[in-house]
Amino acid sequence: MRIVVLVKPVPDPASAGERLGPDDRLDRAAVPAVVNGNDEYVLEAALKLVEAAGEGEITLLSMAPTNAPETLRKALAMGATRGVHVTDPALAGSCTVSTTQVVAAALRELEFDMVFAGIDSSDGVGGVVPAGVAALLGLPYLSYAARIEPDMANRSVRVRRISATGYDLLEASLPVVIGGTQALGEPRYPSLKGIMAARNKEIVTRSLTDLGFDGATVGGAVATTAVLDSRMPPARAATEIIRGTPDDGAVRIVDFLVERRII
Amino acid sequence: MGALWLIAEPGPDGGLARISAEAATLVRGLGDRTGRDVVGVVVAADPAPAAADLAAYLPVIWTIADPAAAEHAWSAVAAGHIASLASADAPDAILVGAGADGRDLAGAVSALTGLGVLVNATAVDWTEAGPSVEMSVFGGRLVTTSGFTGGRGIITVRPNITTAVPAEAPGRVEPRDVPATATAPLPAVRVVERISEAGAQAPIEEARIIVAGGRGVGSSDGFGIVEQLADALGGAVGATRAAVDSGWIPYSQQIGQTGKIVKPELYLALGISGAIQHKVGMRTSGAIVAVNRDADAPIAEFADLFVVGDLFEVGTALLERLRARSG
Repeated sequence: MRIVVLVKPVPDPASAGERLGPDDRLDRAAVPAVVNGNDEYVLEAALKLVEAAGEGEITLLSMAPTNAPETLRKALAMGATRGVHVTDPALAGSCTVSTTQVVAAALRELEFDMVFAGIDSSDGVGGVVPAGVAALLGLPYLSYAARIEPDMANRSVRVRRISATGYDLLEASLPVVIGGTQALGEPRYPSLKGIMAARNKEIVTRSLTDLGFDGATVGGAVATTAVLDSRMPPARAATEIIRGTPDDGAVRIVDFLVERRII
Repeated sequence: MGALWLIAEPGPDGGLARISAEAATLVRGLGDRTGRDVVGVVVAADPAPAAADLAAYLPVIWTIADPAAAEHAWSAVAAGHIASLASADAPDAILVGAGADGRDLAGAVSALTGLGVLVNATAVDWTEAGPSVEMSVFGGRLVTTSGFTGGRGIITVRPNITTAVPAEAPGRVEPRDVPATATAPLPAVRVVERISEAGAQAPIEEARIIVAGGRGVGSSDGFGIVEQLADALGGAVGATRAAVDSGWIPYSQQIGQTGKIVKPELYLALGISGAIQHKVGMRTSGAIVAVNRDADAPIAEFADLFVVGDLFEVGTALLERLRARSG
């Protein structure tokens, strides 16, 4: 079983320090990078599937700035087999169209049964890249996965896709691209042994030239979108604090809802 | 001058998804302001019900009947048709809801057409250089306005940023043939079964009122008061990751960094401390009311009204007051 997991280093959302740089692009140096939360869930799902199958390998694929190996090592320490790091100065400021094309090109060089991606990233929150990658590769896309059940003997996979009323059970032939959610289950913490082992795991670096791009067709210079303006949201009014009996609180909440015409 | 397209997403009953009605209202206003034609596009096995719904909002509805949509995931079926139509007609903007189906569609159409995507729009306007899209980013700490460098693109629209308002006159429905595709069709993904789960509720992204519970709720049974208050207020039930991880409530109701981002008119937070991972999912709500025993909880810093007290005692008193009001 060969699984590629897409991994994105993102500014640590818990830092609450994300900001735009002077070029109106995300300032990726402002706060420490961590593995995107949803990517950890799909990596955990991949690790469990390989463990259950008793065989297989997991390749991490990351398009990221040059310092990404630190983040990749953390994901390798969870148990992935190797990493592929696509990096190129021209990729800074890439829009989702370029990202999709570059990730798809990197995947064309790899052999896999399934590609796992977090359903969205905490920095961009667009949730459009995995679907685009599948479209460019001409592969089935199974999204919003809460459970992934491959059937290697029949070369197929079933996925529970979260729906508004429950879930849809999807089925497709391998290879596929799957977008996964937190509902897949809590990611493990790397063990000390895993952290030690990750130091010696292979991380292959690929440039745009390596992937066959001439440099002028993808990346920040040809971004399809641009930030025109940014500003702080309007400040919220000061908090009104109520202490007293439970009914005092209840009465004030009802009055507040009436004042705001909510009820 | 290109047109503005609204891609209709299927609702649970074969009709129009609520988010599509909202986005249709937004795109109609944009068409009025910019003098552009506005078209709604429905792709379904039987597009008639959704097209009839959408005709209440938009002047022209194109329908594409594709039997494959009946038992296959919608986005892959629809994306091929939309990409083909877009390549032929070159609209200035393609708008779709920012829910699961809309994002899947936007990603595929973008990849097939090379059009850029601006995501989670909270408002859409127009400049000389094309659409300008307002977004709330970094967990609501910054508001950005972005544009397309090529002047055209795809926009995913957040739920609840506008109220769906029907047009003065209903639109006309025009069946369209599927244009010949320039690219191979996307592989369809078979839907083996659609399962409704007990306890699955209205999508929280679309709720006008959310009553949410956190660690302080303490148990599955504890969510009873959260559910009762949601019922009394006509709202949906939300939860923090701690409550979901504890198994008290399904993941579909989780709000925050790895859950959903919501913007209801009222967010009533019970036993929620307001940690940053949760805050990013709800801080742009219209009004935030919190009940928490801990007067120092972080939510005290960004709630509009903060009641210091036991959530079960205050919640029960509030339920009585609300029920007394509705008589």
